[in-house]
Amino acid sequence: MLAGLTIDALAARFRGGEATPSDATRDYLARIEALDPGIRAFMTVTRDVALAQAAEADARFKAGAPRGPLDGVPIALKDLFCTRGIPTACGSKILERFVPPYDATVYQRLRAAGAVLLGKLNMDEFAMGSSTENSAYFTTRNPWDLGRVPGGSSGGSSAAVAAGLAAASLGTDTGGSIRQPAAFCGVVGLKPTYGRVSRYGLVAFASSLDQAGPFTKTVADTARVLQVIAGADPMDSTAAVVPVPDYLAALGGGVKGLRIGIPREYFIDGMDPEVERAVRAAVEVLRGLGARTEEVSLPHTEYGLAAYYLIGPAEASSNLARYDGVKYGLRVSGGRDLVEMSSKTRAAGFGREVKRRIMLGTYALSAGYYDAYYGQAQRVRTLVARDFKAAFERVDAIVAPTTPGVAFKVGEKEDPLQMYLNDVFTVPVSLAGLPGISVPAGFTLQGLPIGVQVIARAYDEPTVLRVAHAYEQATDWHTRKPTLEATPR
Amino acid sequence: MSADGPKRPDREAVSVDTGYETVIGLEVHAHLLTRTKMFCGCATTFGAAPNTQTCPVCQGMPGSLPVINRRAVEFGIRAALAIGCRVNLQNRFARKHYYYPDMPKNYQISQYEEPLAEHGSVEIVVGGVTRTIGVERLHLEEDVGKLLHEGELATARSSQVDYNRAGVPLMEIVSRPDLRSPEEAGAYLRTLRAIVVFLGVCDGNMEEGSLRCDANISLRKRAVATLGTKVEIKNLNSFRHVQHALEYEVRRQAQALDAGERIVQETRLWDPERLRTVSMRSKEFAHDYRYFPEPDLPPLDLPAPWVEEIRAGQPELPAARRRRFVEAHGLTPYEAELLCQGRGLADYFEAAVRAHPRPKVVANWMLNELLRELPGDDDRAIAACPIPPASLGDLLALIEDGTISGKIAKDVFEKMYRSGEDARTIVAREGLTQMADAGTLGGVVDRVLAAHPQVIEDWRGGKKAALGFLVGQVMKETQGKANPALVNRLLGEKLPKL
Repeated sequence: MLAGLTIDALAARFRGGEATPSDATRDYLARIEALDPGIRAFMTVTRDVALAQAAEADARFKAGAPRGPLDGVPIALKDLFCTRGIPTACGSKILERFVPPYDATVYQRLRAAGAVLLGKLNMDEFAMGSSTENSAYFTTRNPWDLGRVPGGSSGGSSAAVAAGLAAASLGTDTGGSIRQPAAFCGVVGLKPTYGRVSRYGLVAFASSLDQAGPFTKTVADTARVLQVIAGADPMDSTAAVVPVPDYLAALGGGVKGLRIGIPREYFIDGMDPEVERAVRAAVEVLRGLGARTEEVSLPHTEYGLAAYYLIGPAEASSNLARYDGVKYGLRVSGGRDLVEMSSKTRAAGFGREVKRRIMLGTYALSAGYYDAYYGQAQRVRTLVARDFKAAFERVDAIVAPTTPGVAFKVGEKEDPLQMYLNDVFTVPVSLAGLPGISVPAGFTLQGLPIGVQVIARAYDEPTVLRVAHAYEQATDWHTRKPTLEATPR
Repeated sequence: MSADGPKRPDREAVSVDTGYETVIGLEVHAHLLTRTKMFCGCATTFGAAPNTQTCPVCQGMPGSLPVINRRAVEFGIRAALAIGCRVNLQNRFARKHYYYPDMPKNYQISQYEEPLAEHGSVEIVVGGVTRTIGVERLHLEEDVGKLLHEGELATARSSQVDYNRAGVPLMEIVSRPDLRSPEEAGAYLRTLRAIVVFLGVCDGNMEEGSLRCDANISLRKRAVATLGTKVEIKNLNSFRHVQHALEYEVRRQAQALDAGERIVQETRLWDPERLRTVSMRSKEFAHDYRYFPEPDLPPLDLPAPWVEEIRAGQPELPAARRRRFVEAHGLTPYEAELLCQGRGLADYFEAAVRAHPRPKVVANWMLNELLRELPGDDDRAIAACPIPPASLGDLLALIEDGTISGKIAKDVFEKMYRSGEDARTIVAREGLTQMADAGTLGGVVDRVLAAHPQVIEDWRGGKKAALGFLVGQVMKETQGKANPALVNRLLGEKLPKL
């Protein structure tokens, strides 16, 4: 059985000649066929593309010239990364038949590294949501409990890796959309520094917050994927020209003597006591490994969510203006004129949550309200970023819960505000543009995964990975796998 | 240049005296002459087949991102420095939102609170009076595509969009409300056009939409300090339209004010067919553009040394050149203005003067002969001119040294234009050299006199016109090659002796 292995283990088998990329790809495709009807992580399975790409990888291994640690490794992408010739619906009806004519930079880079594309993964519509329940197509299930959500918006990406349906996947994180589903599904999920990874070809939700990142089984695998996708891109002016360090080499440092901050504001009333207990236990593990821990304060945390729910929707209202039925995607015809065609298309093509945020954002940018809403939110954003800056003058990393609770039941959270609260510990990091990772930190008595978040300074992914790896190596949470049975189609 | 361009300033324009003071401000949009678009690598060539110069970025595809064209920024700085603007070393782009199918993203990437440059001015001359017109700001933005309707707009069965123009770099120059008449507005636009054309940042072609103009106009009672309610006029796509639309609007507003009506703040469209402005939308339906800083582009930080480098490399501007043409070459201000509409024409003049240092003669030939033949006076037309400036100088030298007559020279000029040959080749091959030798010509004169005894009688009888007839006969005999001055002298000598 090759499906479900780490990238590292797969690569070792390819190198050792015990298995070929085609063997692995077929194995993954078979597992997807058996298990995905129950999990529903995939929007599109690109069987033919995968087999063709795997055959090319086979040839490279046979010729003794593989491209690196990702060569021949089967991966999958959240359905908002543009893939030439492969549908990219972004969880929305408005892009139901959209087939991009170009590849996202991160996909180009994964392809250049030899990775094999298994398919595209389900998500909340336009990445707006925390459960995949806002997908216009279907809800993805949590592999640890099919009655529960996998988190969101990158819920397909986290569920696929947790269920062993892909060795790694890419998601995007705007306010927690990688870290929260990683925590809910018991896998590793990294949101890199804003600017670390190109956004070119990533269907935009909120441009100043969106960032692509990997889901994997281990921190080392995350380092391997990040190594490939990170770095400046001439097609994205916000992808910074900052050297990309050797992330794998950074893992070995250990945490001895490292100063780790525990933010007082991240342990709040109403959070799941089992989550709090697990995170405090994780802090103890790090202390045991020689880290010096201290309490820090991030005083503007409580305003983060409000600022985020103005900035995100404001940018979304602008980014989503292009979906008007004129150029691509859905078009509802029969209108009397262009205006009617566009409004009918948008009314039919966008789901409730997307419409809610478009309206919120349009309002926040309106003449007379701009300063009170968008302007004020930007000022709060600056304060949140300053909180972190001040904390990082005293500590090297911050350790906190990823979410206040664990995976909830499908249909359980109907009130949007209640849903938004899921993001309370992930949003401030996004507002500040910092790197954050969620790693498995235990299970509730019910057997649901808990995540712990590690945050560091901008572009200090090495420290994030180093702390997460040290913790992971001292625990065995990441080795546990959900019990899954094939569901008949 | 377009047929109704500034080749011949509209001297017939009538100023409208209404008892009100007219206040006009212009927003001029100029296509920058970059090879590629503002935010992507697509070509900007005019007239290509629809949607052949597009890519995911200028089509506003999901996931595409803009990247600033460095050359466009350089051109913007060049123009800003030429009109004395302060260049903002830190400036940024913003999104301007409105829904229209020719705009792929349904927002335009423009500049709002932090434009590329601010606070400049342009000097204009109207009726011999020089005035300084303030420029509020200069900013960069992207153009939109073009809608093509099947049939009349109101009844069109379908509409198609061509995105070739979408994303072409535009520079918007906004004047202060300093213009006081339609003539001044025309002069300002002509002056600005000459500047951007001279700088090589815009081809100034209004017909192809490379240079476009919107006007804000209001009237107020003379000696009143506050501004009246302004009306914005769009679709001013030629110099004539600008002038006519503004003259119309002055009359319309004056009549409304005289009748005690209130001017409605609105956008009006110039209808060049019916020669009037028509209401497009009023302020109540005005767009809320919901500007906010473009999050896909970091603020633009311009290195000060780069701006200085651009400043150091600025060419001589039209105003300075006009002055030099008047002072150093003795041209009239009118001739200088015509020759300074574009850099190509002015450069041609100076090159021709170097070959034949008689500036007045060169200017006359250029304005009368060359511009009649050329399809336009823009740099493209000059560059394609089959007569290089040195050849023109050469031709003029042949007149001066008496080799050919001025009349013959015009024929030679036309032949040069058609064939691209130089003057000497044509003159030699066709034997056009002027007969300036008294001996040879004397023989012809004698033959003509012998053949027309009656005319000589008439001359003796006091009919002075008879001399003209004899000159004509000599010219006819020599196929126009005779030097007219010499013919006159010879006849003057020989006639009294007969």
